[in-house]
Amino acid sequence: MPGYLVYLLTRLGQFALVVFIGINIAFIVTHATPIDPVEQSIAAATQFGSTSPEAIALMRQSLKELYGLEGDLAHQYAAFWSRILVGNFGPSLSAFPTPVSVLIGRALPWTVSLLVVSTVLTWVMGNLLGGLAGYFHRSRALRLAGILAMAFHPIPYYIVAFLLLIVFGHVWPILPISGGSSMNMTQEWSWAFVGSVVSHAILPVASLALVGLGGWFMGMRALVSNVVTEDYVTYAELGGVARRRILAAYVMRNALMPQVTGLAMSLGAIFNGAIITEQVFGYPGIGTLLVSAVHAGDYSLVLGITTVSIVAVSIAVLLIDLLYPLLDPRVRAR
Amino acid sequence: MWRTLRDLLRFNRQFAAGIVLLGIVAAFSCLSFFSPYPPNDSFVVPPDVPPSWAYPMGTTSRGQDLFWLLSFAIRNTLLFGMVVAILSRALALVIGLVAGYSGGLVDRALMSINDTFIVIPLFPILVLFYFVMRDHMSWGLLALMMACLGWAYDARLIRSVALSLRTREFTQTGIFSGMSTRQILVEEHLPYVLPILFSTTMNNINWSIGLEVTLSVLGFTDINTPTIGVLIYWANQHTALVAGIWWWLFFPVLLVVMTFIGLFLLAVSMNEHIDPRSRLGRS
Repeated sequence: MPGYLVYLLTRLGQFALVVFIGINIAFIVTHATPIDPVEQSIAAATQFGSTSPEAIALMRQSLKELYGLEGDLAHQYAAFWSRILVGNFGPSLSAFPTPVSVLIGRALPWTVSLLVVSTVLTWVMGNLLGGLAGYFHRSRALRLAGILAMAFHPIPYYIVAFLLLIVFGHVWPILPISGGSSMNMTQEWSWAFVGSVVSHAILPVASLALVGLGGWFMGMRALVSNVVTEDYVTYAELGGVARRRILAAYVMRNALMPQVTGLAMSLGAIFNGAIITEQVFGYPGIGTLLVSAVHAGDYSLVLGITTVSIVAVSIAVLLIDLLYPLLDPRVRAR
Repeated sequence: MWRTLRDLLRFNRQFAAGIVLLGIVAAFSCLSFFSPYPPNDSFVVPPDVPPSWAYPMGTTSRGQDLFWLLSFAIRNTLLFGMVVAILSRALALVIGLVAGYSGGLVDRALMSINDTFIVIPLFPILVLFYFVMRDHMSWGLLALMMACLGWAYDARLIRSVALSLRTREFTQTGIFSGMSTRQILVEEHLPYVLPILFSTTMNNINWSIGLEVTLSVLGFTDINTPTIGVLIYWANQHTALVAGIWWWLFFPVLLVVMTFIGLFLLAVSMNEHIDPRSRLGRS
């Protein structure tokens, strides 16, 4: 069998496994807790005033259906999967009767574009700067950049986003700090609307980039400073190959491979960061939707978002994995 | 051991800076044992007083002395990080060593599961967990849950070391002299893995504290146990920023950022110590 096909099949298998285990964790979390979510919801709903016993019985029945708690465990498990495979999570409780899938579909493009823009920007910038810093390791400006990148890297997304919010929202208010676009604008392809979307995205993208940059920078710097000591680099230098060419085609290209794998491995964490950042800036994506769903006690929406997140991140990882052989000929030839 | 520490302190500026930062944070958390007020009492001091000699970090809108409250919060936060780190280290160690030593099918199966845990976005799952638990959510439960989810990355690291240890001569000697697998793993391989284990501990504490702060800030944890995140949560609930009570947010954020950078510097300098090649590359 050709190498690429084997690679493709193992990656597809891994993708299926990720989705399978992820959904199972979601099932275990929702079903193996000692607390009965139905009784809890009823207790919350009947906290104030008296409700007739018939109404409570009716409520219990409909909630049990909704939570998928009818029948024995095997039956519940099958029902759980069938709902997910069809992609039908039922109507949202807080925005009744809008289906959960519609709400998620509306929020998903915002999250995906925020993630793609910030991840690509961060990854390219971090690797470029890191590569330069590894190659020209005496440069003062690049050393300073390294220290700055290191200082921001360990701080969690929430804190960085929050600091940016304070600085650009309260201390020096020059950028919009809330929403995905200006409130009073219709969504259309006009310069004004696109400009408004871009200006609203600056702070979320900046906070994701500030945290993410350091990791790529340090990783690439370490990789490049290892590659530079290889014999073929010395040979190329002695042979009079232009330095730009050495850096781009000899050093960076070889060091880039682990960074692509690294990107696939850290997508989950980047996604976590995007969710939080959205919430801080009130960005109309999945993260804001998730937090408001929890506050509204909307079970089907929370479960729907969790499932969609798991599947979406696994698809993104699969895409990176499938692109990998294009960059690394060794995988193709194997 | 002590000599290594002394050398690191003397020659590695990152290590020294990390130790100083963490030392300040740890000393501050120890002050909680001398606090004149229990952590959950409110309106024991006049509310909204800016930092002064009487109240070095000011007071909150709930009438708490921020200085003493913060000492409790940072203690709980650090403790949380350590509990998660210890539990998940145990998992990572067992899985990493077994996968690396066994190789073959066992290794492949364990690493497939491992990669799955690396990829899955954990935050929505933790939110789902809170959603189901609600008022029953406690500090210990969250720590347990996060330990079960946070071992994967480091298990892979440990496995890669174990893989190379397997081919070393002393492993063969051990097998031929009749040592059991458990003995080989614990007595022969574990000592080689320990340095890496320490550096991953720092990173893991950072990771778990970061998630805990994030969840608490949104109110998705037990909001009656003071941690750094819970403090920020209450400050946001009282719109401290708009009301101009900046110290309520400033000091918790400052302290937690010090913790993050301190732990990170320790992890980086330890990695450098373990892998001397990067030391040579820098000078």
